[in-house]
Amino acid sequence: MNLSDDAVPALDKEEEFRARRNRINRIAKWTLPSLVMALSLLAWHLYVTLNDVPHYVLPGPVPVGKSIVEDWALLWPAMLTTSRLTILALFLAVTGGVALAVAFTQSRWAEMSFFPYAVILQVTPVVAIAPLLQIYVDSAFVAALLCAWIVAFFPILSNTTTGLKSADHNLHDLFTIYGATRWQRLRYLAAPSALPYFLGGLRIAGGLALIGAVVAEFVIGRAGTGLGLASTLLEASYRFNFGRLYAALILISILGIGIFAITSLISHLMLRKWHESALTREI
Amino acid sequence: MTARHGRRPLLTMSRVEKTFGGETVALKDLSLTVNGGDFLSLLGPSGCGKSTALRLIAGLIHPTSGRLEWSGERGAGDLGIVFQEPTLMPWMTVSQNVWLPYRLRGKGFAEAQRDIDAALELVGLAEFTEAYPRELSGGMKMRVSIARAMVTRPRLILLDEPFAALDEITRFKLNDDLLEMKAALGCTVIFVTHSVFESVFLSDRVIVMAARPGRVISELGIDTPYPRHADFRTSNEYAAHTRDVSNALGEAMGAAA
Repeated sequence: MNLSDDAVPALDKEEEFRARRNRINRIAKWTLPSLVMALSLLAWHLYVTLNDVPHYVLPGPVPVGKSIVEDWALLWPAMLTTSRLTILALFLAVTGGVALAVAFTQSRWAEMSFFPYAVILQVTPVVAIAPLLQIYVDSAFVAALLCAWIVAFFPILSNTTTGLKSADHNLHDLFTIYGATRWQRLRYLAAPSALPYFLGGLRIAGGLALIGAVVAEFVIGRAGTGLGLASTLLEASYRFNFGRLYAALILISILGIGIFAITSLISHLMLRKWHESALTREI
Repeated sequence: MTARHGRRPLLTMSRVEKTFGGETVALKDLSLTVNGGDFLSLLGPSGCGKSTALRLIAGLIHPTSGRLEWSGERGAGDLGIVFQEPTLMPWMTVSQNVWLPYRLRGKGFAEAQRDIDAALELVGLAEFTEAYPRELSGGMKMRVSIARAMVTRPRLILLDEPFAALDEITRFKLNDDLLEMKAALGCTVIFVTHSVFESVFLSDRVIVMAARPGRVISELGIDTPYPRHADFRTSNEYAAHTRDVSNALGEAMGAAA
């Protein structure tokens, strides 16, 4: 497999260079973004203090940081509410999207009948539907959940449907020759083939679920969903509390990063053994 | 030029025709008896219907007219197939890939382990059972594919230009090994190829086919006894056979034009 048993560990110039570059890259991957972050915060701070920018136009990083600490008792429950909304919507999008994708691939009739409506659901802007949902659905939380679900659902459905159909044709023939049942074909062939597609959809849907949740809170939130981060943000803007507004914005951002990191990790763990996207090339 | 003595027919195709979409005649009037123990090559240019014939035999498509009869029952593990590409499942290890025919019959891995190991041993991959397909070379992947086709010890193995994409060195080695495996298994082989040299080296019956419409032009027997080794490739006998088969193929090409 490799030449290490020849007991000549000498690295030639090129290999030495490559090893050094890898070491540097590993460190730079973390230090460079951190440095950029620190510098932007500094620039932000200097811009605000040197120009005497009023706090209701742009608060500096210090008051924003202070606001995160001081308003923590208010922001933390709001973050939990938004997280719960997002994660629940994502969960429902995954179950619904995968179930419908399976139904579509199992029955051509089902796909012909319902796929256009899935598209309509997708292309209709959620902002336009949200007020209606508020009228027809009693619980504001359920209405917000529906909003976030509608946005997150389509990438899962679309990617999983494509994935389920992407299995190798020769493998399909092989399954036919060996007399595989429908279930075996789905379980052993279509589902694993669909996995990379599904996980790609999941990463997109994670971000979209958060966007859907934020939009829903903007539109419906005031009606008493229990305050999430987006409704806190909106309320802070009405009160000209710009420190809190930015604090809420930053927390939404962190939530988004967290969701992306988790879905990426899931994707990496499930694919690292075999799929090209998760492999690191040795040479 | 007929079947070798003492071999019993395994599969009889009589006047089989296949027309696609009502107009493309892929295969016309194919009559062929495959005997148990044959190593039969279908040789011809692209579009001569050799792959169609193979798919008919595999039961993946059904003839437009004519009959295709197996002698005796065709059980679940009686047929193995190897495609042009290795067609492995990238998410499974080598031994799990070989397990597939058994798995689809509801046989557990532990139960099938002995057969799986034996098949991988036979193709020379005993040390790679836990590897994933991506870690293997093209030739090794093809060996896994062959092991999967053989694991149930089928009566008939179909190979559809399995070595076309491999380099010559690997192809020669796999040809040698394929003959050994066939001898060890005692099965029947139908081998689709467009290489005259490969067909002569491997088979005892070469069926030459022509294109448009796909049909059989002639059948040649290669009576050199097995086992055949690498030195057969440089013998005069081999040269004579390849000349005969080349001429027959030349006629087939002429007939098509």
